[in-house]
Amino acid sequence: MRGIQGIGLFLFLLGMLVFTILPFLGSYRLSEAMVKNQVKEIHQEKLAELLQPLYGQNYPSTHAFLTAYSANFDPYNEELKAREAWDQVIWDDYGFALAKAAGEGPARSNPWTCLMLSIGLVVLGGVLFQFASSGSKHTSLAHTGVFHSSLKNRGFLGMLTGTYLIGFYVILYWFPAYLSPLVWMVEPIAQFLSGGPASQWFLYGLVYTLAIAVMGIRMVLKYRDNKYQQLRTASVIFFQTAFAFLIPEVLVLLNKPYFDFKNIWPLDYDFFYDYQIDTFISSGGLGLFMLIWGILLIVLGVPLFTYFYGKRWYCSWVCGCGGLAETVGDGFRHLSDKSLKAWQWERWMIHGVLALAVIMTGLTIVNYFSSFSLLGQVTNQLHSFYGFAIGSAFAGVVGTGFYPLMGNRVWCRFGCPLAAYLGLVQRFKSRFRITTNGGQCISCGNCSTHCEMGIDVRAYAQQGQNIVRSSCVGCGVCASVCPRGVLKLENGPEEGRIHEFPILIGNDSIKLRS
Amino acid sequence: MGSRHFVIIGNGISGITFARNLRKGDDKARITVISGESPYFFSRTALMYVYMGQMKWEHTQPYEPVFWKKNRIDLIKAWVKTITFESKILVFDSGETLNYDVLVLATGSKPAFFGWPGQDLKGVQGLYTKQDLEAMEAITNRPMERAVVVGGGLIGIELAEMLTYKKIAVTFLVRENRFWEQVLPEAESSLVQKHIREHEIDLRLGTELKEILSDAQGNVIAVITSTGEEIPCGFVGIATGVIPNVDFLKNTSLMIGKGVKVNSKFESSIPDVYAIGDCAEFEQPPGPGRRNLEQVWYTGRMHGETLAYNFCHEPVAYRPGIWFNSAKFFAIEYQTYGWVQPEPVDGLQDFYWEHQDGKVSFRMSLDQEGKILGVLNLGFRLRHEFFDKAIREKWSGEKVMQALDKGMFDPEFYAPYHLGIQAAFKQQIGGDIIPSKKSFFQKIFGASQ
Repeated sequence: MRGIQGIGLFLFLLGMLVFTILPFLGSYRLSEAMVKNQVKEIHQEKLAELLQPLYGQNYPSTHAFLTAYSANFDPYNEELKAREAWDQVIWDDYGFALAKAAGEGPARSNPWTCLMLSIGLVVLGGVLFQFASSGSKHTSLAHTGVFHSSLKNRGFLGMLTGTYLIGFYVILYWFPAYLSPLVWMVEPIAQFLSGGPASQWFLYGLVYTLAIAVMGIRMVLKYRDNKYQQLRTASVIFFQTAFAFLIPEVLVLLNKPYFDFKNIWPLDYDFFYDYQIDTFISSGGLGLFMLIWGILLIVLGVPLFTYFYGKRWYCSWVCGCGGLAETVGDGFRHLSDKSLKAWQWERWMIHGVLALAVIMTGLTIVNYFSSFSLLGQVTNQLHSFYGFAIGSAFAGVVGTGFYPLMGNRVWCRFGCPLAAYLGLVQRFKSRFRITTNGGQCISCGNCSTHCEMGIDVRAYAQQGQNIVRSSCVGCGVCASVCPRGVLKLENGPEEGRIHEFPILIGNDSIKLRS
Repeated sequence: MGSRHFVIIGNGISGITFARNLRKGDDKARITVISGESPYFFSRTALMYVYMGQMKWEHTQPYEPVFWKKNRIDLIKAWVKTITFESKILVFDSGETLNYDVLVLATGSKPAFFGWPGQDLKGVQGLYTKQDLEAMEAITNRPMERAVVVGGGLIGIELAEMLTYKKIAVTFLVRENRFWEQVLPEAESSLVQKHIREHEIDLRLGTELKEILSDAQGNVIAVITSTGEEIPCGFVGIATGVIPNVDFLKNTSLMIGKGVKVNSKFESSIPDVYAIGDCAEFEQPPGPGRRNLEQVWYTGRMHGETLAYNFCHEPVAYRPGIWFNSAKFFAIEYQTYGWVQPEPVDGLQDFYWEHQDGKVSFRMSLDQEGKILGVLNLGFRLRHEFFDKAIREKWSGEKVMQALDKGMFDPEFYAPYHLGIQAAFKQQIGGDIIPSKKSFFQKIFGASQ
């Protein structure tokens, strides 16, 4: 078993290495035809002219190509901006599209080989490693050693992993052209699924889905005595693979709008953006269904399901962010901050983001129905601010990049506006609670330590008080690490759900309100 | 009541529960807690998890440091050397002193050593204090093939699990002929023994420690057992029970037996001096079936609650309710509610069910009229509230069985063991029980009982 474990780890690291090196293996040669092909019609003439000096030149690296591109393109844009000729400024970033079109390299000539040697090896190695290392471990030992691990306790490996993830997200969001060689190798898959070209988002979606699947296998093995964890993991793998990854691509293949049926506003913050609404309305019956479905989820789905099952129905069974957190992020759950201070920050931040999303969406809709007479282009700037600060920086870079630093639910806890909405329902109108088993708590603190949302579960349990907290995503790990059978996630009558004055069972001398 | 100065010696669960509840009921009292072990209250039950890298030390502390300031509970880290009861003065081993108006002794207990030759060697220790944990970490971080654990109780099995985490082979000496014989009936003992052996523990039943051998530097190198066998080892964990930690109170005017003698209101032989938790010894058992020394977490907490109540209200006698307890043996959880006897008792009837995989069991003790006295469950969880009520109201075994689905506490989607238990009860004891229905999910996913 140790041998297989070693081989798995080796293959995994080798795959990561290839994945990391591939973006550096490529050269670029741009032609006018490519520019015409990749660029919107209104920009074609100008860009074809601006990029003239690049045609026929060979650039040995992405960086060299992008430098040349910027040197010729940026001055034009800067000059327009200086003149405040806003309507002529080219806001589109063609860097990625042109790099992808102009590139040559192993990933383009042999996409399948490169895919197998990078992502393929990572998946194979990962699966081998998980099977081999789960061998004789008992579930009760599932969490031992996490604080003795360099990776899982902010040691050197943890810092390295965090840096790598943060770097990946920064490049993905703001310098995607550097990833174009990686996008080449997934091009055949994209063509097969959607009939169209692959973008950096297709690459990301594929990697994301595979990460959830491979680390989901780890969860199922780790919790092989725990049906709740297994079902929940199967559920997030299913929703990510089918709803977030495959169905939207197939919709594109069928010439329908790209749509993730399980994504809900305000997490899906651009649902009410003007171009989205236009897409829905112009796409016939299915488009209209998407619009109505999305609205029904917001006004009926969220309150109803949350009333019956708590916010867990979404956060740890359906959601893609939650899916990644619960699989890839599982090994980092204990790094969440449990202090009272963190809870205070959390409440301000998450409800602040919710307020921002609601205001932004409200303005967008008002603006839309007043045919942009009211606010003009202001909503666009609001959108790009939100997209940058919340959608990319917070949800992506911090949300995932900070797994090894602040735990796996930083985004869900401090930033996700949908989690805030679900949480308000869960706190004030729901049948869900974590029941404390009478007086059995021994205050050991395993529950609090391993709560990814930073809830001080013990503070409730040791008083014999049920846990009703807006942030609880119902992952069920507190119940599973509890050595004395004290905690149980339950849906039940609202009456008696919250113990304002809990009484610990077992002492007949007094009925103490602690 | 004015602003009396309450001084509590010991910051374990008893002392801290007392301090917290006193503050809730009395805003004026001056409260000081003294401990030489650690500056802040920590959960002793979590020592093993720190050792196994499942928690960090700070996680064992249920309250943040700011809590004590906010609640005006002064903490002093020092060891008390002597107490002058006549003038109500404590003397610390630094020589400093502290006056009190009311003294609460909550000094807990300490591992019992039975005078084995070599018991003071380096590498021989119990596991009770923060210092014990640190010493054990230091010693077992050195390369070591084997360790010996002595004593088949709850701390013994924790020590075995801890050492296993460090990949140190363990020989586990248990004096009794079966594991935890004073508490577990035979079937449960053997279930747990099987589980212990599955974890590659060399479990020796009916075997005692005779002597501990050392090298020239005074490090333990082997033990000799009652069977005369010599077992080489680098560490010896002693877990042969605990005794009240009251040595520094001996030879004073305070009446001491095994622990500090107290009445049902925790009053010692000296006015304004009280004792709670492990160090208190009741003159009379506090309830039927209870012992004069109550040395578990839960009773310590109840002592603290009750004494604090007594300073804020008309004092009452300590009267514990239905007994309950819990533990964990490697992966197998143990719970009990009410009384289950370890040996068969004439006139009482036991219903016992064991799952075919041999890791889950349920026992219910019934009196002559078939009414429930208690339950003992391994490998699955039962609801405290349900069984507290059933035992208090003396439900018939049949009634308990009929409602058993309400008494289950396992996580959702777990195997519905109550179905198997109900069927077995019907077969063994009889009665008109309609088994619970399978839930929607249990039908879909094929529940295994």
